[in-house]
Amino acid sequence: MSRAISPAEPFDDIEQQSGAATFGMWVFLATEVLFFGVLFAAYAYCRVQDPQGFVLASRHTDLLLGGIESVILLLSAAAAAWATALLRRDENRASANLLWGAAGLGALFMALHLYEYWKDYGEGLVPGLRFTYTGLHAQTVERFYALYYAMTLVHLLHLLIGIVLLAFYAREVRRQRIGAAYATPVMCVALYWDFVDMVWIFLFPMLYLLDRS
Amino acid sequence: MPHADSPASFLDAPTGFRSWLLTHDHKRIGILYAIAITAFFFVGGAAAVLIRTELATPQGDVLTADGYNEAFTVHGVVMVWFFLIPSIPSVLGNILLPLMLGARDLAFPRLNLASWYLYALGGIFTIACLIAGGADTGWTFYTPFSTLFSNSNVLLVVVGVFIVGFSSILTGLNFIVTIHSLRAPGMHWFRMPLFAWTMYATSLVMILATPVLSMTLVLIGLERVFGVGIFDPSLGGDPLLFQHLFWFYSHPAVYIMVLPAMGVVSEIIPCFVRKRIFGYRFMIYSIMAIAIVGFFVWGHHMFVSGQSMYAGIVFSLLSFVVAIPSAIKVFNWTATLYKGSISFEAPMLYALGFVGLFLLGGLTGLFLAATALDVHLTDTYFVVAHFHYIMVGGAVMAYMGGIHFWWPKVTGRLYPEAWARFAAILMFFGFNFTFLPQFVLGFLGMPRRYHAYDPEFGLLNAFSSGGAAVLATAYLLPLGYLSWSLFYGARSPANPWAASGLEWQTSSPPPTHNFLETPRVDGGPYEYSPSQAEAEAEAEAEASA
Repeated sequence: MSRAISPAEPFDDIEQQSGAATFGMWVFLATEVLFFGVLFAAYAYCRVQDPQGFVLASRHTDLLLGGIESVILLLSAAAAAWATALLRRDENRASANLLWGAAGLGALFMALHLYEYWKDYGEGLVPGLRFTYTGLHAQTVERFYALYYAMTLVHLLHLLIGIVLLAFYAREVRRQRIGAAYATPVMCVALYWDFVDMVWIFLFPMLYLLDRS
Repeated sequence: MPHADSPASFLDAPTGFRSWLLTHDHKRIGILYAIAITAFFFVGGAAAVLIRTELATPQGDVLTADGYNEAFTVHGVVMVWFFLIPSIPSVLGNILLPLMLGARDLAFPRLNLASWYLYALGGIFTIACLIAGGADTGWTFYTPFSTLFSNSNVLLVVVGVFIVGFSSILTGLNFIVTIHSLRAPGMHWFRMPLFAWTMYATSLVMILATPVLSMTLVLIGLERVFGVGIFDPSLGGDPLLFQHLFWFYSHPAVYIMVLPAMGVVSEIIPCFVRKRIFGYRFMIYSIMAIAIVGFFVWGHHMFVSGQSMYAGIVFSLLSFVVAIPSAIKVFNWTATLYKGSISFEAPMLYALGFVGLFLLGGLTGLFLAATALDVHLTDTYFVVAHFHYIMVGGAVMAYMGGIHFWWPKVTGRLYPEAWARFAAILMFFGFNFTFLPQFVLGFLGMPRRYHAYDPEFGLLNAFSSGGAAVLATAYLLPLGYLSWSLFYGARSPANPWAASGLEWQTSSPPPTHNFLETPRVDGGPYEYSPSQAEAEAEAEAEASA
């Protein structure tokens, strides 16, 4: 262990602080589950009312891009988790690089997803802005895309926050302001990041895959 | 008399506006909340005055129909999200939770301050909505009215409520982590005061229910701005989905309002009965049962909405089930009174008022949980009376009781007891005069949310409006004498009520870090005479004799 770190008010020692911070992040993630839960519930509710419309709509999503995005995000999640483990072993340099990597992959995901939005716009699949689909189940398809945009935009907002946090801590770790003595902040960010990735693991099959073939 | 040897209190040092607005001290943040919440209470109260003035006569003469809609929307939104939900947790909980646990502060002091600023920001949006002309959807924001038809400033108030939701989520998070990680040595889970337990249960509801409201409001915003059809039937959406999501939050929110009230009362009653609380463990189990079962009863707001009959039956049954732990608590408070040396100081008057009014509110809730009867009573004044018995008769009475009980602890001053007793009694009678007639009105079929009504309802409505005037007076009194006592009240000793609990062991007002040294806990809460130790000694003496 490197130099001792004094705990913040109101904690007695650094273990207590670390435990509280980690637990706080878990509690926050519980909130997040319910936050996204609304969208999942709305999706299920709407899908049951017109499953065929949902199947039709999902065929307009880009499976290849979605698949690539999923791989990118999984790699990013692994990088963040690995960075935490390395930091605990006092390997600041490698840890910082991995954090940068995780942030970069996150940014790549965002870029690809924004490209998907742009394509949707061209195809007239953006409810409220440019929706031109007039085929079968048009109303349900519009509803699907309303939910698609609600879900993915909320997810992208979470990604954006995560990328900023990862980049910030990458810098802190690189400059030795955070180390093995108190790796908790990095671990909390990694927890958050992995949660955000996990949300995508549910979004991807729901929006792109279910009954598609 | 000031104690020469007592440490500098959190009120005295440091000084200046900055030291308050940037404070990390949970007690100061609690006071910031108290000020903001009191202001909103009177905004919501002013709307209530408008409503009752309009309803004093059958004709719609004071407000237009639209104006009336806006008045009850403001009243509902402000009272629910800007007063009741934050009242006890954010004011009393903030100040007392660390003191009761023997901690120096909440786990995340900066987050605590941020919560207050979120509350203030949400409040600004809501006030902006008022200034821009108000909203007319009712506090429930029912779709498609809120998304398609309403021409009022729905978006502003939705943003306000969305923001204030995060204030309550973060407060809940802070409380949960504090209770888990900052209890003083010896403070086991089953030695915590019941107030701390209710804060725990309330926080659970806050973190698990509020995000559902937040996201639902986001969807309302999307639908209103972009015209996408999630809830709007003309675009293929389903308004029932909105109702499910809204009540999934808003029913548990009732428990966010009333569980803390139960906690306050559970602290006050033992103190003025000089006895331990009856059935401490069962109180805890019922607190947790209310918090958990409360998540599964939301459908009882939707019996006439067209949800399936089977859903109706299940929700009805579960609503009866949630009444059981509430009843256990009423029995236990009553049993605590048995053979106690009861004294009737103002906090105790409020607490007893709470028990009686909560009982009435709870029992009339069972009427509404019965599906057949609910069809007759839905959207009548019976419902209005029922939830005001819980919210105002219950939660507000308890909040007032708590404010009086801990006033000397927080301010270091004693309030004028005679005035306080007078206000408590006036409040009780004013409340019943206002809302008892509404049960009858509702049963006779008077619908809610109309500014004009059939003349046959005139007499009872006149009673109700008269009662509201008494109630308003009773609410203004404490504002006067409590403010007076801040400057001219007698200095309070550390423990003026001879109450048990860690918060009474430190000076009044406490120093910034609450305790000069971390307290050690070696017994349960509510060590009133006969304390556990005394009772054991007595039994031993009897055995040896």
